[in-house]
Amino acid sequence: MSRRALLELVAALAAAAIVLLVAALVPWLRFVLTIAIAKGIAVLGILLLLRAGQVSFGHALYVALAAYAAAFAAPRMPEALLLLPLGALVSGAVGLVVGLFVVRYREIFFGMLNLALSMVFYSVLEKFYALTHGTDGIRLPAIRYVGTALGPEEAGWATLAVAILLALGFGAFVRVYLLSPMGEALSAMKTRETRLEFMGIPARRVLLAAYVLSAVMAGCGGVIIAMTTRHVTPALAYWTASGELVFIAILGGAGSVFGPFLGAFGYELTRTYAAALVADAWQMILGIVLLGVILFAPGGLWGMGRSALRRRPAGEGAA
Amino acid sequence: MTALLAARGLRLAFGGVKAADGVDLDVRAGEHLAIIGPNGAGKTTFINMVTGYLKPQAGEIAFEGRPILGLSPRRIVRLGIARSFQLPQLFTEHTVLQNAALAVASRGTFWSAIRPLLDGAHVAEASELLGRFGLSDLAGRRADALNEGARKLADIAMALALKPRLLLMDEPTSGVAASEKMAIVETLVRVLREAGVTAVFVEHDMDVVARFADRVAVWNQGRISALGPPATILEDPAVQRDVIGIRVREGADAAA
Ligand SMILES: Nc1ncnc2c1ncn2[C@@H]1O[C@H](COP(=O)(O)OP(=O)(O)OP(=O)(O)O)[C@@H](O)[C@H]1O
Ligand SMILES: [Mg+2]
Repeated sequence: MSRRALLELVAALAAAAIVLLVAALVPWLRFVLTIAIAKGIAVLGILLLLRAGQVSFGHALYVALAAYAAAFAAPRMPEALLLLPLGALVSGAVGLVVGLFVVRYREIFFGMLNLALSMVFYSVLEKFYALTHGTDGIRLPAIRYVGTALGPEEAGWATLAVAILLALGFGAFVRVYLLSPMGEALSAMKTRETRLEFMGIPARRVLLAAYVLSAVMAGCGGVIIAMTTRHVTPALAYWTASGELVFIAILGGAGSVFGPFLGAFGYELTRTYAAALVADAWQMILGIVLLGVILFAPGGLWGMGRSALRRRPAGEGAA
Repeated sequence: MTALLAARGLRLAFGGVKAADGVDLDVRAGEHLAIIGPNGAGKTTFINMVTGYLKPQAGEIAFEGRPILGLSPRRIVRLGIARSFQLPQLFTEHTVLQNAALAVASRGTFWSAIRPLLDGAHVAEASELLGRFGLSDLAGRRADALNEGARKLADIAMALALKPRLLLMDEPTSGVAASEKMAIVETLVRVLREAGVTAVFVEHDMDVVARFADRVAVWNQGRISALGPPATILEDPAVQRDVIGIRVREGADAAA
């Protein structure tokens, strides 16, 4: 393991410890932090697509798909360790089918097709009341963890722990993936897609693999959200929810797997505190923050933090 | 004489423009074949047809006796035909070393590779390759920070990393400063002889052709109007009038 990888591992574990500490000290933040991590996991998938220069404005589709899958299955199968793979599988399978179609398109068409499909799903959730209870949504029963029924307090902790473990696992996976030939081909697509074909690399399949992975990660995020809120509604699939994921990706920065989580914490905490302080103006605050990031720190929060560290006369050697 | 690549009766017209109008051309194993001809004659189109990027309206192309017409560029690369580009096609946000390593990785166990691209095996081979092209000092630079000569060489290095048996180069020295040109050609001649790869190259500079080519094909208005050793072809008055003369005038225009 390189020194840099080791450093990042330590940083990730330290961040996990800080999250647990904050959740213990400020109990009402535990919910916010769990949701933030769930969104961070989904945004890791957005980051993969961003590497290829593609932006999906519809990934809330996969969050909502898995959340609803969990809500439907929970009454018969109230086990977190089964609901998570179920949600991942459903989102991954739909991601594969949709992916086969959307990876033929690029840039605005790619983004808009994803948006369109997510809005189709949104209206299905809204219209088929008999099945989905429309905008009322579906409540989830209490979930078991490894067969154990827990009280609400313990269940909250268990969900946070599962979220942290998944975040660490997916974070490590995406980091390895991006440095592998598959990941490098993904970012090569952004600059010279046709060259890849002349090298024998199937560019569309490279993007498809990333797309399915992004759907799986969004699905895991969706199940965590469902287990945390114990209530799923069509709003999960609404276009603003997709926009939120892109927002978080840009806020956090696409340069590192830490970006999505920095962005998600920044987003959820700003939203929570701004909503408490200035009531209706929190969107305005987020808008101004995003504007600031795009204009002055295109590397996002991660990029800002890294250049702040770089400015110190530290002695970090070669990669 | 065995032909590595055999093209027969290739035809392709874009509207009224006949880029290929019944072309027969054999590339012999081991040779360096130059294609010369005026702008817009159809030279790049030939490379595009051989690599599967464009499909001729009529004709046959066989590589090592096997028909390759209708195969995708990806399949044709895997059969052993690689190309470089008139305008270098590098991954501009990657370093030169990453560009070369990705080309090395694309050859083999690409899908199964979960090791980092820049680990031992890929990087060792990519570095060695860049060394042969005299690009070692630039390995850590981003590809968009290179001058045109280095860009051309890196582009060709990426094609050679695929270990082709036939390498097609589209104007390997165009856009390169005159002072750099011959150094690039010397590098290319050396590397390609070492690799023992058969090469076809499109070229406008007759000094380069004379230095590099075993045979020269003259591509004129979609047809091969002359084919033979450089000494004969470059002295041919018709060729001088149709091809070399035009280039001189265009060179003057471009300089103005
Ligand atoms: N994809 C295409 N669509 C339409 N026309 C094309 C296409 N490709 C080439 N052409 C036309 O075909 C003719 C031959 O083009 P080609 O690029 O093969 O010429 P060339 O011999 O490589 O010229 P140059 O020396 O300028 O590179 C030109 O008139 C060009 O405009
Ligand atoms: Mg050309």
